[in-house]
Amino acid sequence: MSTVEQQISEEIQKAISGNEIILFMKGTPEAPRCGFSARTVAALEALGTPFAAVDILPDPRIRQQLSALSNWPTIPQLFVKGELIGGADIVAEMYESGELAEVVGAERKPGAAPEGDANAPLTVENRLN
Amino acid sequence: MPTTDELKERIEASIPGAVADVIDLNGTGDHFRATVTAPEFAELSRIEQHRRVYAVFGADIGGPIHALSLVTRAQ
Repeated sequence: MSTVEQQISEEIQKAISGNEIILFMKGTPEAPRCGFSARTVAALEALGTPFAAVDILPDPRIRQQLSALSNWPTIPQLFVKGELIGGADIVAEMYESGELAEVVGAERKPGAAPEGDANAPLTVENRLN
Repeated sequence: MPTTDELKERIEASIPGAVADVIDLNGTGDHFRATVTAPEFAELSRIEQHRRVYAVFGADIGGPIHALSLVTRAQ
């Protein structure tokens, strides 16, 4: 690994550990450059969750180093609390099932989500109030 | 250019007992969706199930296969 690649890898690790919720994507949340990235952003935004985002497109080495670190070949990649949650398909499944709200919301509002209402409709209000 | 049949065969040949249904999302031979059922998925987390399928294709993901959307099931 060249020095530059090493630096990119270290920057990625810093970004992952320094942001509770971070999305590596193609483009930006305001202007996604790929449908899979757009859908993942939409799921996070539907939950009203603030998240950091990194555009991997400016340098192909960002994606190479990210995939080497995460053992995940595709973009987007969502990390929560330093852990890879998944790509677009897993995020979509978790959004539909309500798991995503739990994963991204539990730490921000400890105890806010009442137990036993797993069947309640998933809305921003009942997760974030 | 990879075909849906080729992807299906590679998945089913690499993962014992797997049944794969592959569609070409755009009709362009580079964006696919695979629904894969395999007994060994029962032992794996969802993220590991997806890694298992991606591993079938190695560097072809991001190469000839631009995108492979996955739905994985144990049964």
